Amino acid sequence: MSAQHDAHHSPSFVGKYIFSQDHKIIGIQFLFVSLAFMILGGFLAMLVRWQLGFPDREIPLANVLPTAWNPADPAQYNQIFTMHASIMIFLVIIPILTGAFGNFLVPLMIGARDMAFPKLNMLSFWVGLVGGSVIASSFFVEGGTAATGWTAYPPLSADPQYTGVALGQTLWIVGVLLVGTASIMGAVNYITTIVNMRAPGMYFFRMPLSVWALFITAILQLMATPVLASALGMLLFDRTLGTHFFNPAGGGQVLLWQHLFWFYSHPAVYIMILPAMGFVSDILSTFSRKPIFGYKAMVFSIMGIAGLGFIVWGHHMFQSGMNPSLGTAFMISTMVIAVPSAIKTFNWLGTLWGGAIRFTPAMLHAMAFVSTFIIGGLSGIFMASTPVDMFIHDTYFIVAHLHYVLFGGSLFGVFAAINFWYPKMFGRMLNPTINTIHAVLTFIFFNLTFFPMHILGMGGHMRRIYDPTLYEFLKPLQPMNEFISINAFILGGVQILFAANFIFSLFWGKKAERNPWHANSLEWSAASPPPHGNWGEKVPTVYRGPFEYSPPGMTEDYLPQDRPAVGAPTPGRTVMTPARP
Amino acid sequence: MHLLPEGVSTYSGRIDQMFYIILAITGVAFVLTEAALFYFAWRYRHREGVRARYTHGNSRLEVIWTIVPAVLLVFLGLASRTVWSEIKGHIPPTDQEIVVLASQFDWEVRYKGADGQFETADDIVVHNEMHLPVNAPVKIRLRSKDVLHSFFVPAFRLKQDAVPGLTIDVWVQPTKTGEYEIACAELCGFGHGTMRGLLTVMEPEDYQKWLKEQEAGVAPAEAPAA
Repeated sequence: MSAQHDAHHSPSFVGKYIFSQDHKIIGIQFLFVSLAFMILGGFLAMLVRWQLGFPDREIPLANVLPTAWNPADPAQYNQIFTMHASIMIFLVIIPILTGAFGNFLVPLMIGARDMAFPKLNMLSFWVGLVGGSVIASSFFVEGGTAATGWTAYPPLSADPQYTGVALGQTLWIVGVLLVGTASIMGAVNYITTIVNMRAPGMYFFRMPLSVWALFITAILQLMATPVLASALGMLLFDRTLGTHFFNPAGGGQVLLWQHLFWFYSHPAVYIMILPAMGFVSDILSTFSRKPIFGYKAMVFSIMGIAGLGFIVWGHHMFQSGMNPSLGTAFMISTMVIAVPSAIKTFNWLGTLWGGAIRFTPAMLHAMAFVSTFIIGGLSGIFMASTPVDMFIHDTYFIVAHLHYVLFGGSLFGVFAAINFWYPKMFGRMLNPTINTIHAVLTFIFFNLTFFPMHILGMGGHMRRIYDPTLYEFLKPLQPMNEFISINAFILGGVQILFAANFIFSLFWGKKAERNPWHANSLEWSAASPPPHGNWGEKVPTVYRGPFEYSPPGMTEDYLPQDRPAVGAPTPGRTVMTPARP
Repeated sequence: MHLLPEGVSTYSGRIDQMFYIILAITGVAFVLTEAALFYFAWRYRHREGVRARYTHGNSRLEVIWTIVPAVLLVFLGLASRTVWSEIKGHIPPTDQEIVVLASQFDWEVRYKGADGQFETADDIVVHNEMHLPVNAPVKIRLRSKDVLHSFFVPAFRLKQDAVPGLTIDVWVQPTKTGEYEIACAELCGFGHGTMRGLLTVMEPEDYQKWLKEQEAGVAPAEAPAA
């Protein structure tokens, strides 16, 4: 598609911004919708924390809140944390990492004008949006939302008699099916685009780690999501058609759901972390002004994590009643999967070592990611041990772990990515002072909120209970619950800085240059923001990898991928070669 | 170390020991990596006229920091497996058997009664409480009437899901008399957070006395569960 295409095809406002087939607009659509859902998901967490910190005090502004959002009511408490988690996982983290950044970055970073299937791409956003709306609609139906956790274990979720929730759970199932369909559509697009549409000279091992991560994540989505769809289908049929997949009285097996669900949901957690790892790698390199340490090791680690991620799911089921020998098998695979994550962590540290570090907000979030991922990853080793898991399963130790990797990991990665690519997306700069304060305060209050949860878990504090003070052995831990809640409220409040900066800068931010960070990857050769078709007459030609920062023999400390070399050739395959025919 | 609550079963010490071994190894890893992160952030901050070091990596380091974690993790896996086998690999021979039937939102605890048989009229049935003799192994047969529950006794480090359609056996040998709490550890509905029970570990004579009192009975045993 060349500039000529644009000359005769000038879409209307609706064609350009609403039903757009441009990957950049679709990416921004995913970003805006997901950020809106993040506000909702975050607010629900505040309700949970009020109840846990102050179970004997009525929540402030109770008369303003919807009557269905009273966390002191045990049934509603279950609904609130169910929707908090479901929204954060299916409507925030996965769509932002894969839908928003996957869409925006992949064609730009590989030198393509758009995705392989622009119409499918547009469809994936709208199917995802319908799915999100179906899930959100469950707040408004009789009986309210699903109340069975984001994990929806039957029989609790298979028969409305057990929760009093009928339509809400069904809508949850249908909504997740739709969101999963959108994921699969996106995955098909990304894989095809990356394999087939790289610019001349963009060999696989010259791709940024963001692209590698998104590529492998797409393969995970393609292979794992259909299994979730099958489980959801079975659950839907048990609820509506009288089947007995999960009902022992009808010949079914309760544990079947857990195997199918976790067969998807374990790879899903890698879907939620790998893109963030990719972004962090590229950002750490850019702002250390150094090549990423161990590029090939980083690529193979991503593959290792993804591959091993398919054979660890049983670690969510150690105490489920499955055969203990299976537990041992899954323990071994789970211990092994810690190795590639450790390799990545050491390579991130190696990237910082000897650098010339610029502490931009993106860099601060990327470094915060490494710090919290270390804790989240190490805490996973405790639960990988089947006997230790006997004690800490379904306690706050697990809640601490998952928030360290999903918030400290994925979400800090999202904040880093937004700070880094906002100028390219919107042609404006975010106010760096406000976002520096946001990054530092978020890191501090994140740790103050979630680190103590390890201690709650070590004390045996169960998950998903609405009033810890009902238990004598938990009463001594209640001051820690209060401490956590207060810090959680402050953490929530701090996000207002980020939201305000994001919105304000859209209209009044300083205009961005083409390459404000002096970065090397191809998106920085396009305008800020890039036009439809991304590049003008000619797609770039690539001469080297994206990590040539501070090469010797140059005054500048960066060498973009598409700039022909001047003077001495750079090592490896990065010697100037003609574009492949 | 005493970071965990008091453990009063024969295997709680083994579980806690595994926890502390993992804490020692991950603790060292945590301190070294976080210290490196913060030190590098300070030491390698951009300074005027100082260029970053141009290197793409170090293969020898890659090998070292692959093998060392792998060896440590395999060790943790093997050590854990030993403890897991001790707990799950067998049920010690005992005629002390208790059937626990979980339901929304109640723990029905059933003893054999004087005739030594379950499902007979003299079964002792209590709710949300369990009495055990100290220093003797007991087999607990877990069942559920409706949805998933999980029988959790933090002081024993015992946790096992109760699954509808299955009977799952666990065992425990208490080591200290006292009163301990039972909690449900698998979301089971709006009453999940209220499924609290009281577990009393008694001297053998007191336990026998309690059993006799139950057998003499304030109320006849309920009909055996379906």
